Amino acid sequence: MNKVFKIYIIFSLVLLISALVCGVLAAWSFQYPENYKYVLPFQQLRPFHVSSAVFWILTGATSSIYCFTAYSLKKKEEIYASIFMILWMAAIIIVFICYSLGKFGGREYWEYPPSINIILLAGWVFFIRHFWLFWKVNTDKTSVYIWMWLTGIVFFLFTFIEQNLWNIDWFRASFLKEMTVQWKSNGSMVGAWNQMIYGTSIYLMVKISGNKSIATSKWAYGSYFLGLTNLIFNWGHHIYNIPTANWERTVAYSISMTEWIFVIGIIQNFKSKLFGEDKLKHLLPYRFLIAAEVWVSLNLLLALMMSIPAINRYTHGTHITVAHAMGTTIGINTMILMASFSYFSKNEAYGGVTRAAFRFTQLSLFIFWTGLIVAGILKGYLLMEKKESFSEAFAAAIPYLKVVLYAGIVLTISLIFIIRQLFRKVNYLQGTN
Amino acid sequence: MIKNFLIILIVTYICYSVLIYCKGTSNSPQENITLIAAKGFTVWQQKNCQSCHQLYGLGGYMGPDLTNIMSDSLKGEPYARAFMTNGGAKMPNLKLHTDEINELVAFLKWVDKSGHSRVEEKDVTKFGNYLIHN
Repeated sequence: MNKVFKIYIIFSLVLLISALVCGVLAAWSFQYPENYKYVLPFQQLRPFHVSSAVFWILTGATSSIYCFTAYSLKKKEEIYASIFMILWMAAIIIVFICYSLGKFGGREYWEYPPSINIILLAGWVFFIRHFWLFWKVNTDKTSVYIWMWLTGIVFFLFTFIEQNLWNIDWFRASFLKEMTVQWKSNGSMVGAWNQMIYGTSIYLMVKISGNKSIATSKWAYGSYFLGLTNLIFNWGHHIYNIPTANWERTVAYSISMTEWIFVIGIIQNFKSKLFGEDKLKHLLPYRFLIAAEVWVSLNLLLALMMSIPAINRYTHGTHITVAHAMGTTIGINTMILMASFSYFSKNEAYGGVTRAAFRFTQLSLFIFWTGLIVAGILKGYLLMEKKESFSEAFAAAIPYLKVVLYAGIVLTISLIFIIRQLFRKVNYLQGTN
Repeated sequence: MIKNFLIILIVTYICYSVLIYCKGTSNSPQENITLIAAKGFTVWQQKNCQSCHQLYGLGGYMGPDLTNIMSDSLKGEPYARAFMTNGGAKMPNLKLHTDEINELVAFLKWVDKSGHSRVEEKDVTKFGNYLIHN
């Protein structure tokens, strides 16, 4: 396994730690904003947290795809992935330097000066080249995860370009168009990286269980196409309250309701996975995958509720949105990526400190997630029904946000325990097939 | 067959994107951005205001939604200018120049004219959808 990749994995895990620590600091600043504003203003702290989280997911997903595809390439063909990794690490470091200097681009998820996107885009082209080489030599294309990786990689390119269309005056002339395109691309981009991560999840399930039918069944392909349809059309819940064309809202609302199919399918399959695979229960990657499945169900239910405009009217712009974002990025994406990292670094033993850390992670995340939902419900109720001011609603939510803070601290410490073990194992990495 | 499905969906994605760009905001005509509002938009981004504030409920959670702050009968422009100039209990003093404050005000007025952040109960249909008419 090449040296650049090992550095990239460590870099990726450092991003996860940064996302967690900055997240705790940001949660703390909600308790004492009057002190924080002098030391670490929120408009400077939040970008560190958000960018660390976004780049953790993207570097984690690309690490996994690289690791599971590089085996089929010749040594000299690995150069494209190495260039991608070097460019992305350089760009991400520049992003954080910009934040430290107070230089921002002020876009949600992408809060750095937009010129850095050129480096990220150039890097992505090299990653596409890497995947294309794998695609050509890989003759077996019956597994759905290969299609999911392909889809995720291609749609990330589309949505990343779309995210930068605001640099063209025509897109900026109307504020409604500006916001619509910004959140269309953000919403679809999440769908794109989910394709890469869910593909990784299915790959791992096949490898751990030895059951290839998981990746070739009708259910697997049905879910894939349903996910892709939602990627294309189901971003509208972000902008339900923006006065765009009414048909746009109706399309998003209708498509989002197809996600009930996922919920029903997961519930039907879940019992057999949870109780039928005793021989796998001692494996840490398997535990993470099962945890991710539980979080998929919980977050799907939350997302479905938020996708109903009449409910979204209360939840939009409250901490319920944060619960949804945290539930998916930590509960789903991070759990699957931790499964992947544990699998390819051979950190598979589930017991002792690891078991305790894993349990604390899940419990604290559940309290954290619930606390955000309660804070969001309260805020939505006070703002919409009681017509209270922002500061009154904010003050009422503070006790619940305190619970969120404490749960976040436990979550951070317990995940760092597991990450620490991964650091140790990285030196022993081998190619994975 | 998978390849064909994928191609169909990619073509659909491209067509739907073009439709959104050209017609997606068609029932809400808005006056084009002025030069001073465009400069204000840049200041908004460079100071990373969306990290704490929301526009149409999108952005951070530390400060209030500013979509309709300019037309708010209780707050309005003087209130917004006071915060921009001095900061507040939670908001740091960003040390903005007078020109930057004027540009930000122009930007927020332009945003205000684009619609209302809060959806009224009368706009909710029996199917749970909204029908917003500007």
